[in-house]
Amino acid sequence: MKKKFIFFIFYFLFLVPLNSNDNKTELLEIYKNLRCLVCQGQSIADSNSDFAATVKLVVQDQIKEGKTKDEVYTFLISKYGEWIVYQPTFSKGNLLLWIMPYFIFIVGGLIIFLIIRKSKSIKAN
Amino acid sequence: MKINILKIIIFSFVIFSLSVFWLGLKIDNNYDTKSLIGSKISNFQLTEINNNNQHISNEYLKKNKYTLINFFASWCAPCRAEHRYLLSLSSKNKKIKIIGINFKDKKINANNFLKELGNPYDFVGQDTDGKISISFGIYGIPESILVNNELTVIKKIIGPIDQTQFDDVLKIIQ
Repeated sequence: MKKKFIFFIFYFLFLVPLNSNDNKTELLEIYKNLRCLVCQGQSIADSNSDFAATVKLVVQDQIKEGKTKDEVYTFLISKYGEWIVYQPTFSKGNLLLWIMPYFIFIVGGLIIFLIIRKSKSIKAN
Repeated sequence: MKINILKIIIFSFVIFSLSVFWLGLKIDNNYDTKSLIGSKISNFQLTEINNNNQHISNEYLKKNKYTLINFFASWCAPCRAEHRYLLSLSSKNKKIKIIGINFKDKKINANNFLKELGNPYDFVGQDTDGKISISFGIYGIPESILVNNELTVIKKIIGPIDQTQFDDVLKIIQ
């Protein structure tokens, strides 16, 4: 009995707040990745607009229903388009957007390599 | 030869960057949800503003050839401006049903608004917390969505209905 009592005290003092914090962190992460469509450069997390408040309610509901982060994004993208998320999903349409940084990195590296090699060969000569 | 390769790479890269920049300038950056045109309306349930036991769902839309779903509120000034077009649409044409969704409003204010300006709606639903508006892809009011009996979005009107939009809707439903 005493053990059970101690377990319940431990559960309510430490584990319940821990779970709710996890939930809050996940919600905040989602809000930060959602663009406020009626604000200037603000995310849903930063905005106090009516639209942001409503989207927050919908996200909370969907997370409570057990939907994953990606399912929430898919729902909102189906309603507002890709523009609503800051981090676009990987698709044929934005393939260039995803590949570009790696492409620039490789081409940039190649250019630097060629320049260094050229200057070295000039020095050697 | 090596220098030529380097020059070609740098030149191609500059051309590519300028092309992307030029294309970027040509893209219209004004956001709207017109991309929803052609998509299907997702499942919904609306409760009548004055009767919590009266509901409609997607099935209601299937019964009418065309339905205009209009989001309005008594506190929204542009909603007043577009109201005469809604009244005109409801009285002139029997091919279209109009559903009004009262957005984040007080029941009494919404009823006074309709009493004062007239009621063009075949059904007035309530969206007290705005959640229903999100499932319709609404981001400000007034907004209207024209759907057919196959639940396909035919037209989206973002902002108040004006004469041009009104004529467009008439042309579509004729």
